[in-house]
Amino acid sequence: MKKIIIADDEHKILMSLEYSFKKNGYDVFIARDGTEVLDFLKTMVPDVILLDIMMPNLDGYSTLELIKQDEKLKDTKVIFLSAKNNPKDIERGLEMGADAYVTKPYSIKKLMQQIEEMF
Amino acid sequence: MSSFALFTVVLFYLALLFLVAHLAEKKKSKLWINNPYIYALSLAVYCTAWTYYGSIGVAATSGLNYLPIYIGPIIVIPAWIYINTRIVRISRVNKISSLADFISLRYGNSRSFSAIITIVCLLAIVPYIGLQIKAISETFHLVTETSISNNILTDNATFVVVLIALFSSYYGTRYVDASEKRLGIISAIALESFLKLFFIIILGFFVIYFVFDGFSDIYEKASKFEDFKTKNTFNGVEDAMNWMVLCLISGTAICILPRQFHTAIVENRQEKHIKTAIWFFPLYLLIFTVFIFPIAWGGRLIFDGQKVNPEFYSILIPQHFDNTWITVFVFLGGLSSCISMIIISAITLSIMLSNNLIIPYGVLGKLKSENEAQNTKLITNIRKFSIFALIIMAFAFYKYFILKTSLDSVGLISFVVIAQLAPAFFGAIFWRRGTYKGAVIGLLAGLAICYFGLIIPQYYFSYNQEFKGVLRDLYDSFDFFKISFLGRIPQIFFWSILINTGLFTILSVSSKGNYRERNFAELYVDIDKYIQNHENAFIWRGTAYVSDIKNILERFLGKNKTEQALRIFNLKYNIDSQAETADSRFIKFSENLLAGRIGTASAKILIEGVTKEDKISLKEVLNILEESKENITLNKKLTEQSEELQKLSDDLRKANESLIIKDHQKDDFLDSVAHELRTPITAIRSAGEILADDDDIPLDIKKEFLNNIITESDRLSEIINDILYLDKLQHGEIVLHIQENNILETYKKALNPLLHLIQQKNIHLSEVNLLNQFVFEYDEARMIQLFQNILGNALKFTDEQGTIQTKFSEIDNHLIIKIFNTGKHIPEEDLEMIFDKFYQSKNQNILKPTGSGLGLAISKKIVQAQGGTIKAENSGLGVTFTITLPEKIKEHKNEVEQHKHTL
Repeated sequence: MKKIIIADDEHKILMSLEYSFKKNGYDVFIARDGTEVLDFLKTMVPDVILLDIMMPNLDGYSTLELIKQDEKLKDTKVIFLSAKNNPKDIERGLEMGADAYVTKPYSIKKLMQQIEEMF
Repeated sequence: MSSFALFTVVLFYLALLFLVAHLAEKKKSKLWINNPYIYALSLAVYCTAWTYYGSIGVAATSGLNYLPIYIGPIIVIPAWIYINTRIVRISRVNKISSLADFISLRYGNSRSFSAIITIVCLLAIVPYIGLQIKAISETFHLVTETSISNNILTDNATFVVVLIALFSSYYGTRYVDASEKRLGIISAIALESFLKLFFIIILGFFVIYFVFDGFSDIYEKASKFEDFKTKNTFNGVEDAMNWMVLCLISGTAICILPRQFHTAIVENRQEKHIKTAIWFFPLYLLIFTVFIFPIAWGGRLIFDGQKVNPEFYSILIPQHFDNTWITVFVFLGGLSSCISMIIISAITLSIMLSNNLIIPYGVLGKLKSENEAQNTKLITNIRKFSIFALIIMAFAFYKYFILKTSLDSVGLISFVVIAQLAPAFFGAIFWRRGTYKGAVIGLLAGLAICYFGLIIPQYYFSYNQEFKGVLRDLYDSFDFFKISFLGRIPQIFFWSILINTGLFTILSVSSKGNYRERNFAELYVDIDKYIQNHENAFIWRGTAYVSDIKNILERFLGKNKTEQALRIFNLKYNIDSQAETADSRFIKFSENLLAGRIGTASAKILIEGVTKEDKISLKEVLNILEESKENITLNKKLTEQSEELQKLSDDLRKANESLIIKDHQKDDFLDSVAHELRTPITAIRSAGEILADDDDIPLDIKKEFLNNIITESDRLSEIINDILYLDKLQHGEIVLHIQENNILETYKKALNPLLHLIQQKNIHLSEVNLLNQFVFEYDEARMIQLFQNILGNALKFTDEQGTIQTKFSEIDNHLIIKIFNTGKHIPEEDLEMIFDKFYQSKNQNILKPTGSGLGLAISKKIVQAQGGTIKAENSGLGVTFTITLPEKIKEHKNEVEQHKHTL
């Protein structure tokens, strides 16, 4: 069973993602911001991390930076999920080492397919 | 006090002056150079022995007549800001170093006129210097209680005078260029001015509070004198007329006395120093005057019936009470008054004597053939000799002519003689038509009247109490000129000035001056126009070779300085350094270079010696001047146009920059709007997708997703509504319904829907009401919205069990509402920007803002539309929002309209 951490501060968005990934056989861990993601990473190595960029306490970019420093997470796929759809933002996200940058609003079905193709 | 002791004190005092002069010259620090107070204090060289001792004598013997010599300058000085600023400019561009240069240059740079002016100054000032020597000598003997020795070699005063002469000739001739600033001398003079005022204040307090019981005590006792009332009131029109004329005399003197011209004009370093002088100097004089009256009348009370000279009450009073300290202080104050006058007058007269009499009439030929070092030495020696000779002449004058006369009368005669220069002097800066002929003849006529009316009787009477024979007949035949209500001096002043001005005016308008007079008239009267390129305004036509003029310059300036000056000149006017022929600008430039050293008249003579000037008619000159004036006007217009263009271009650049910023702001705004909309859309879309694709979805989850769709749709529409509402507010499309409402009730209406949320977070809510009245004018619906926005905002940032406090008060017809909440501070740099639409603080580019980001922007617009202000401040444990609204809102619609433009 693949492990996925979903990080977003919007409760309603989290709900849909959690329901869909669970339904597709993922082991889902929910985080409200970057610090909660890091807390999970202390005890586990997920296969996928979905990161929103604008989050309280620790934003998506800083979280990715810390993830990239951790050797044991080198196989973990990180995908940004953001309402920021400016080309500069997308470029920045990918340059930082994200495996994909998906802009909101997205199709959950397509997102799922995209993740599946990564493995 | 013994003669030896006092002489030692004098030596120390002079040593102090030497030291100050030496330090100022050596250090040349900014403190000395750019100090307006040193400049203002140096002007107090006006207060001489006559002021220091003489006016006390006048106050005691003839009452209020002592005042005009102070009042006249106090009335005139404010006009300096206009008069002296112009004279300073004229003198600067023409390298003028003396009063004679200033006047004679204007009337065609005439050698004879400058010589006449020099003689007038000598006639008026040498006796005046003698007067100072008399004061030094008499007070010296008074303090030492010795009698004046007839043998000048055994008289201590002689040695004091010799010391002063040495000091003046050493420091006064340090620069060969007479227009250079003499920092050492001026600093010493300023110190002396300070000391003489200081000492008179000490004496004043001594007399008022030690000798008597205050000012009123003196007044009370003195008023018992029979003549007190008559002496301290204007005795009708007659005395008032005399008084006014005396004011006029002293007002004129403060502008024209050579020493005043020197300190105020030649030694002026910055025009702005005049601004300080115009209040500081009158204040100085006023303080001086305050103490004259009590000393004079105090003296009369003490020495009533005794035969003492009231002019020396200031020394006699402390001496009478055996107070040696104050006696010596007063003596030193008097000495200061005398020394500063002697020094400055001797220097100015020596410059005039050398530049306007000795050089042009005596040694000019010699100067032509010598080299620079020898010329400089010769000029300096002439000045040194002149200073020495003048002081010795004055000494002789004192010994043989004015021993028996009062300080006051010699001083006033000197003023009246100097005042004869007034028509030519003031005409120079205000009247284009004034001519050499008018000025000279007017001056000579005025002088003749002074000579017969004042000088002859003054000095003749010193030896013969009556005159008989031809002289008496002559005087009797002019008796019809007598004005019964004027004193002798005011009378002669009146007639001499009337005749002088009359002749100057009549001869000037009835004759044409030569082209050079008219040329300088333009330059003087319109100095502000020509100040930048004054050489351009000098008209000269003829043949001249640069090399010839250069040869002359080298003889006075030396090779290096001449080369340097020429380089600067060529650069200024963009002239080829190989040019062989000289133009008018070069002639003027060269004359200026020489003027400081040998005077304007001699400079002109020297340059004329190597040039061949063509005749120019007055008409031509006027045409050229007109042309040059047009050119200047044209230049001015072009400069103005270019400035305007520059301003336009700057405005355009600024507008462009502001457009770029606005464009960025618009992009950011759209970005923010899109971002805000995408979040609820994502939630709706995801929920919808799940509901559409998944048939097995449990009912409770299904319901939750449906609920999400509903609430997020509401959120979406709320954002859209806010955006549209803000837009309408910005464009003034929301009509305000301003009525009288109860502010507390409105607040409650706004608060009610939020109460359950407040309770949920366990927030402590409180209100403080400091209002005198509750009814104010505002749009209630908007105010409810405003309260809800601010309170909603507070609610979001207040931690559980925090506090929200609202305070109402009324200050200066304004309603003040302060809403405070505990919680995190807003970064200081963001306190103003939080009211911007979708404001994102520096680190909020990545941190999600709480709320739609429009609440505070809307709040600000609502407040502004009602003529109020809103601000946020960090205070103590949280943040305070302060809303200020006017109690009465004037012209509701206009307010909205007005804000339409400012938003």
